[in-house]
Amino acid sequence: MTGQVNTGRPNQLLRNLHSKIASIPMILTAVVIFLGGTLWTVFYSFTNSKLLPRLSFVGLDQYERLWAAPRWLISIQNLAIYGVFSLIFSLVIGFLLAALMDQKIRFENTFRTIFLYPFALSFIVTGLVWQWILNPEFGIQSVVRSLGWTTFSFDPLYTPSIVIYGILIAALWQGTGLVMCLMLAGLRGIDEDIWKAARVDGIPMWKTYLFIIIPMMRAVFITTLVIIASGIVRVYDLVVAQTSGGPGISSEVPAKYVYDYMFQAQNLGQGFAASTMMLITVAIIIVPWAYLEFGGRKRG
Amino acid sequence: MAEVVTLNTRSATAGTATKLAAGPRGKKPRPMLSPRNIMIYGALLFAAAYYLLPLYVMVVTSLKGMPEIRLGNIFSPPVEITFEPWAKAWASACTGLNCDGLSRGFWNSVRITIPSTIVSIAIASINGYALANWRFKGADLFFTILIVGAFIPYQVMIYPIVIVLREMGLYGSLTGLIIVHTIFGMPILTLLFRNYFTSLPEELFKAARVDGAGFWTIYFKIMLPMSLPIFVVAMILQVTGIWNDFLFGVVFTRPEYYPMTVQLNNIVNSVQGVKEYNVNMAATILTGAVPLIVYFVSGRLFVRGIAAGAVKG
Repeated sequence: MTGQVNTGRPNQLLRNLHSKIASIPMILTAVVIFLGGTLWTVFYSFTNSKLLPRLSFVGLDQYERLWAAPRWLISIQNLAIYGVFSLIFSLVIGFLLAALMDQKIRFENTFRTIFLYPFALSFIVTGLVWQWILNPEFGIQSVVRSLGWTTFSFDPLYTPSIVIYGILIAALWQGTGLVMCLMLAGLRGIDEDIWKAARVDGIPMWKTYLFIIIPMMRAVFITTLVIIASGIVRVYDLVVAQTSGGPGISSEVPAKYVYDYMFQAQNLGQGFAASTMMLITVAIIIVPWAYLEFGGRKRG
Repeated sequence: MAEVVTLNTRSATAGTATKLAAGPRGKKPRPMLSPRNIMIYGALLFAAAYYLLPLYVMVVTSLKGMPEIRLGNIFSPPVEITFEPWAKAWASACTGLNCDGLSRGFWNSVRITIPSTIVSIAIASINGYALANWRFKGADLFFTILIVGAFIPYQVMIYPIVIVLREMGLYGSLTGLIIVHTIFGMPILTLLFRNYFTSLPEELFKAARVDGAGFWTIYFKIMLPMSLPIFVVAMILQVTGIWNDFLFGVVFTRPEYYPMTVQLNNIVNSVQGVKEYNVNMAATILTGAVPLIVYFVSGRLFVRGIAAGAVKG
């Protein structure tokens, strides 16, 4: 809008030409990779491609096979458990830390630096450190046992039924600092007068937080929720590093299923179908949010 | 506060006795050791200990010898400090048949991160500039697709990219990986730059236009010098993001180009041989060192970067 100088030239294409040329990488990425690539994957998920993509359509066969595969069902179950707990705990812990940090404390910068540094580390590093800490022979379990509790048992990484919680512990360590930062920014955005009014009315602090501040931070919570949720669907590196999907297949996740079928099992069709399911999961999270966030008002 | 102030001004006019009673102005100072403070700082210190514990364990383990690890517990400080695990992790740890340590992965990561950061920032900043100041018909549509694309799981787009790169003869090469990083860094960086350039005063741009400056002149002579901070933020975002990447490295490169994260995972999770936990932890610290240094040096800018880049997940 600002840069358009109407010279009365008839050719619409030449107008703003430099800007268009400079935007070619963006246009290609948006249209070819993001839009085209996504449609391509969805399209080929209806074929029985094996080693190479090929156009022989089998309808919904791949999806039927997918939902009959025990490994996929475990992946989905793990993702659901991991997702629900990760959402709840990161929001609760993140908010509590932010609320503590907002009490005009000393050394705020030091505390923030400590809470946030894991976020700078990769999931691979995170996974490997927690693999070591949770190691049953040397880690927490053995330390507690050596203190006298000889029957103490805490071995999530080698116990199929709870392995996903072992991954959850590592993920929370890595990610809650970010949630804390977002929440703290939200808390700082709240008018001081609200607090004064609540204090004058004699409302206890926890009630002020629960019934006044949190409802006011709705937008922050929703944004945080979307960020955490889209991260959850993608969880991959952490599992690869910490458990490689084991013991057996008990800590598999959808993103790993996609990778393994596409690049290791040479079963592209399954990979495409699984990745399309991931896309649908994300769409279920994103579409209502985008509608709430941008649907109501007109874009400028 | 307001009541205290009026009380004080009133007492100033009264006699000395009331002046003393009114006391000093301002809030009553809270004693440092009130129950409230003990609870707040106690909780914060407890949380800080939890967050610091893994770093401590990593460092301590990497400085012990294997016999000491087998005997002691993971939290005890090393009795005999040894740097051998570090040397081994760097120069002679094995992944499969190669036994030249993490150093190869480190240099690969350097060779991936530097060009990817430069290229992705260059392209994204120009995108953002075009979107902010030279918006053409349809630009917003492409931008919307780009932002929506940031939420699409990578797994959905990986295979089409593999095909495109294979057709171009770049699959498996460093160039291919650099292109991939540029593509996936584009949404968030473009958003970052677009928002920044939009916030700059429009008069500046208009004055340059009146003086006859064109698209590139304004970009290089006016926008670029004015936006150094946002370039630093973008750089922090990209360096840590690309360094920490695992998925693209493993999908788009041949083993000889594997970045540090992939090599680290291969060293630690290899099934052959005796597990050397001290070497593993030294290798883990070495891999985490670059983003950690960036984080500790950049401080507040990092926070700004992740607030913008959080969308990336």
